[in-house]
Amino acid sequence: MKIIKKLALVAGIGALLSTTAHAEGLTGKIIGFSQIGSESGWRAAETSVTKAEAEKLGIDLKFADAQQKQENQIKAIRGFIAQGVDAILVAPVVATGWEEVLTEAKEANIPVVLLDRGIEAPEDLYLTSVASDQVKEGRVAGEWLVGQVGDKECKVVELQGTVGSSPAINRKQGFEEGIAGAANVSIIRSQTGDFTRSKGKEVMEGFLKAEGGGAGICAVYAHNDDMAVGAIQAIKDAGLKPGTDILVVSIDAVPDIFAAMVAGEANATVELTPNMAGPAFAALDAYLNAGTVPEKFIITESKLYTPADDPQGEYDRRKGLGY
Amino acid sequence: MRRSNLKAHLLRPQFAALAAVLFINWLLFPGFFAITWQDGRFFGSVIDVLNRGAPVAILAIGMTAVIATRGVDLSVGAVMAISGAVAAVMVSDGTPAVVAVAVALSAGLVCGLWNGVLVTYLDIQPIIATLVLMVAGRGLAQLVTEGSIVTFADPLLIYIGTGSLLGLPMPVVIAAVLMLLATLAVRRTALGLLIEAVGVNRSAARFAGISSRLLLLLVYTFAGFCAAISGLIVAGDIRGADANNAGLWMELDAILAVVIGGTSLLGGRFSIPMSVVGALIIQAMNTGILISGFSPQFNLVVKSAVIILILVLQSPMAAQWIARRTTAAERTPR
Repeated sequence: MKIIKKLALVAGIGALLSTTAHAEGLTGKIIGFSQIGSESGWRAAETSVTKAEAEKLGIDLKFADAQQKQENQIKAIRGFIAQGVDAILVAPVVATGWEEVLTEAKEANIPVVLLDRGIEAPEDLYLTSVASDQVKEGRVAGEWLVGQVGDKECKVVELQGTVGSSPAINRKQGFEEGIAGAANVSIIRSQTGDFTRSKGKEVMEGFLKAEGGGAGICAVYAHNDDMAVGAIQAIKDAGLKPGTDILVVSIDAVPDIFAAMVAGEANATVELTPNMAGPAFAALDAYLNAGTVPEKFIITESKLYTPADDPQGEYDRRKGLGY
Repeated sequence: MRRSNLKAHLLRPQFAALAAVLFINWLLFPGFFAITWQDGRFFGSVIDVLNRGAPVAILAIGMTAVIATRGVDLSVGAVMAISGAVAAVMVSDGTPAVVAVAVALSAGLVCGLWNGVLVTYLDIQPIIATLVLMVAGRGLAQLVTEGSIVTFADPLLIYIGTGSLLGLPMPVVIAAVLMLLATLAVRRTALGLLIEAVGVNRSAARFAGISSRLLLLLVYTFAGFCAAISGLIVAGDIRGADANNAGLWMELDAILAVVIGGTSLLGGRFSIPMSVVGALIIQAMNTGILISGFSPQFNLVVKSAVIILILVLQSPMAAQWIARRTTAAERTPR
């Protein structure tokens, strides 16, 4: 009897809250955010964008930095549950081992939203996951290049990410899909640059030597902007003009690639948006206030930026985000 | 046991290995040995091998001295990140480049001294003592750069990484000069002998009157200094300090270069120029893989296969086998 009374009371209060809160959006809500850490510039930007979005919406964001450790994330999530937060955002550091703590959150009726990485757990344990489509990122880059070169013969060299990493596999596959329809565009060399500037430069130096000093290369496609920045320097060292003699297309949209665009040395980049929290907050707003269950996978936009898109403005806008 | 004639030196397996790797590169890419003159500097794949091999070669010069004392320095990669980060942050704050370079090199000296103190005064095993800085050092570097890649446009720092002197890339010039000075220092004075004595038996060396503590402090500090130079080079090369990736795993390449060069991890006999040859073998292999057109999944497999082959050729068993074959051939009358 007691339990039923309690349940009724909770339901009553819940109904009351939802009717009053609907007009207020997420203002005053407490949301916990368990971030992986700050292993890359993009991650730091994601953290600062999430905090800014939360402030804009009037959310009381509880931030926990896990320093690359799953046990810290699990501890943080348990802490959020104990505090009775309204929702939890998690950027999971690994794919496995989440069932137990997510079940605890589910039992406490706290919706969990995954950011930018998926996990291997039953889908009913989390509300939704917000992530980019890495295959699409590669495809957008490939389609841009096909549109850019027209009917001209175009030999592409590819700087892959770390061998076996999912962005490297997916961005390669996507680019190949993007150029599949154009017989005049082909990848002639492909090597890993480990997502770093110095490796990107070293690999590009090798490519330029192997292809007659770069005369045979029409474009370079890099799986991230950092490798592209390294490749741009290698192209300059070889006495060619990046952006003109050899087209440069890459993925991520970090500030330094916009600086290269301003200098006319890069041609296109596909954005991996650090704003994963925006769509997550929108989904939570709809769920908490109107009970709308969002789709299980929310895909962020893979926006293409070229020198026509105000690179100086983009550079200034991103510089302060912690990239 | 010690063969000293010139012919024996040139017949060392390291030179054979380097020649073999270069030959394979030439087979894979016929233009490998082509060198052209461009923008006031030499330009070609062989120059790339020298240029890209320079940071590891410089690390290997310092590492040779450490390994000769039966030690090892795992922290050099992290020290590279620290030195690059310090220099980049200082010049982007407006400090004159000369001061920034001096401070970055001093940071390397301090890091090396720290390792030396842990090894000598606290008697911690070198692999553990330097592991501390390997892990913590990268964190320090990230703290200095606040986690982002600090870019700069300072001409001096860029010159250290990408400039050229007499047509040769600056990193190559720096590595060559450092190799020459270090070799002269250990071979034209008693320093080399003292290092070998400490490496063979530290207590015996002490009883013989060698101040082994001072000597150990010196070699670890020197290794830190070499790492700082390497760090400046890789930062100048990409015009930015990347604390997450600069020098990552390069301590292992440096140790490998020393071992390929024939210096034993058990201390004692060592050769700085041979360690540099070891570094060039590794880089020739890396460059070969890049221009070969193999898919990157094979990179590490090819690399490890070649290294195993080189180490087998250098093993005492192979040396015995070759010696037996040559004596047998000499006995056969013709």
